[in-house]
Amino acid sequence: MSTYTSTLGGHRYRFGSLARLLAAASPERSGDRLAGLAAESAQERVAARWALADVPLTAFLAEPVIPYETDDVTRLIVDTHDAAAFAAVAGLSVGGFREWLLTADTAQLAAVAPGLTPEMVAAVSKLMGNADLVAVARKVQVVTAFRSTIGLPGRLATRLQPNHPTDDPAGVAAALLDGLLLGSGDAVIGINPATDSPKAVRDLLELLDGVIQRYAIPTQSCVLSHVTTSMDLMARGAPVDLVFQSIAGTQAANASFGVTLGLLDEAYEAARALGRGTVGSNVMYFETGQGSALSADAHHGVDQQTVEARAYAVARRYDPLLVNTVVGFIGPEYLYDGRQILRAALEDHFCGKVLGLPMGLDICYTNHADADDDDIATMLTMLGVAGASFVICTPGGDDIMLNYQSASYHDALYLREVLGLRPAPEFETWLDSIGLLGEGGEIRDVSATAHPLAAIGRELVA
Amino acid sequence: MTTGQVELLGGELWPTLRRHTQARIGLGRAGSGLPTHHRLELQAAHAAARDAVHSPFAPDVVAAALGGEPTVRVRSAAPDRLTYLQRPDLGRRLDPADRAHLPVGDWDVVFVVADGLSSRAVHEHAAAMVRATTALLPTSWQVAPVILAEQARVALGDDIASAMGATMVVVLVGERPGMSAADSLGAYLTYRPKPGVTTDADRNCLSNIRPPLGLTYELAAGKLAGLMGRARESGATGVTLKDDSDAPILNSSVQK
Repeated sequence: MSTYTSTLGGHRYRFGSLARLLAAASPERSGDRLAGLAAESAQERVAARWALADVPLTAFLAEPVIPYETDDVTRLIVDTHDAAAFAAVAGLSVGGFREWLLTADTAQLAAVAPGLTPEMVAAVSKLMGNADLVAVARKVQVVTAFRSTIGLPGRLATRLQPNHPTDDPAGVAAALLDGLLLGSGDAVIGINPATDSPKAVRDLLELLDGVIQRYAIPTQSCVLSHVTTSMDLMARGAPVDLVFQSIAGTQAANASFGVTLGLLDEAYEAARALGRGTVGSNVMYFETGQGSALSADAHHGVDQQTVEARAYAVARRYDPLLVNTVVGFIGPEYLYDGRQILRAALEDHFCGKVLGLPMGLDICYTNHADADDDDIATMLTMLGVAGASFVICTPGGDDIMLNYQSASYHDALYLREVLGLRPAPEFETWLDSIGLLGEGGEIRDVSATAHPLAAIGRELVA
Repeated sequence: MTTGQVELLGGELWPTLRRHTQARIGLGRAGSGLPTHHRLELQAAHAAARDAVHSPFAPDVVAAALGGEPTVRVRSAAPDRLTYLQRPDLGRRLDPADRAHLPVGDWDVVFVVADGLSSRAVHEHAAAMVRATTALLPTSWQVAPVILAEQARVALGDDIASAMGATMVVVLVGERPGMSAADSLGAYLTYRPKPGVTTDADRNCLSNIRPPLGLTYELAAGKLAGLMGRARESGATGVTLKDDSDAPILNSSVQK
């Protein structure tokens, strides 16, 4: 194992491994302190960054932060590394790579992606300011499709999240109508079910599929259950559009979610075989989030941002339609306040995009974190500028099932208004066809009672 | 179109739909934003939750509500609220100085009142829950003095019960406040806890104790006392111990 040193302010700092160096260089956050991995002083943190800037990118191939022999995510990263794509940056240090990213164009960024490993992009993110993370991510274009196309320039999609604490169909339908009338749902209409029982999940799938078919909505549904539940339901002929799974950056953390790469392979094949997409065949929906590996006691001494980036190697294997980093949900012991949540959001979005993923975000906080709706607005604006593929939206920004606050449908309207962002093209055409699109492309403020979609509410409530 | 007009036109539909969900639907718009009224409603709910998290625990309030019951006050290893929120590990361990204050005995059960993430929930509901539950226990049971624990998470009860020699521990803890409830109390029952070994899967949990909107004391105490009796018979708590009654018992932990 290599050691790394640097001298700052007359003090010589020593870092015993690449993982230690990455952790010490990471911007401050509570989770790394909880894990005992954070730099002990502000100067040590910057000293680590000086040392990290000189590390050649090839070092990340030579010294995996978690051993190849014991971790299948490491094996996935090493075994699928594209040396030809890497050639463009193979001679660079981490510091040089930062400058390369800031000057590269969209085509160069797309070409290099298969040659980059999560550890390389995590490392370079630690040398980048928030503005750097926005500027580079904005240049990356990742386009995916199922019944709608996600990630086109000038577009922002949203997940409509009509959760209900008891999965009550009428309650779900009411929230679904609310979201649709506010122009939401082009990334996915996705429900977090109250239970993982196959019957309950299937009922919700049928409900969503019925609405999507009846109104010919060019979008996809998802009930966010365990991958094995989705596989079971697909085998029984349930209308599964997207297969959902929470994933993490180590084998042990994935095991804590009850998943293996083999299981994901099977689910991916099963969903592809259904052929339910119309304009594309990206069938996976993954969620991730900093802190999950530490929470599962499965981080192997790697800082939470680097472990998070490793989850993107797992996601990348399955050409997902959507990858959602749920930033801020896990609590203040991992990301303490609005400042730390914002930083993590920008890092995750940057790392995922540079690795070639359709990154979106659940920009959120719990009530014991030091954050509020102003933080949501700040994060949303920066992520909109950074070109996030989609954001999660909830009624009034308050999810009554998961008990946290996220962006609202109104927040998405704001972002579309101030940045001139439009919905996914197929969904935009549909919005126009049902009278919800204004002449300037804005979502019209219509009377719910008079609108044809109100039947969704009336019938399911009846 | 103004907000007023939207409310008028949508007025027939949303009230009907709101009977089926507490989600904030049909709020109307002011441009892309929320109408002022709804924005302030959201802020009020968040403010109640924030205050519940950050209001200091007042053990005197709980001790007074317990009348003449003996109590012992302890702190966790988390010295203040900011540390507590960022270091759950410290909130699960006793302050070493307080360990010596704990009365060792042949206790069948010890009740631990833990501030958790809502001191308000504890101030309002904990003493009533201790009294209601104790009243249902067999008179032969040795019930330890009530422990009032500050900056405390659920697993601090493992440390306390183990130090006192108690067979089982009931932790009454302030749950993480949501936007609709900032005063929700949780009850976690653990049989023969072992600090650092016991996990959340070894506990039984009652959530949302907050009369009159949530579980009542009588109902919660009945369930809890029932679980305690069966835990003593079977020598275990956790996923193997089922609730016999109808109302929901959650084994998923609200906070760790």
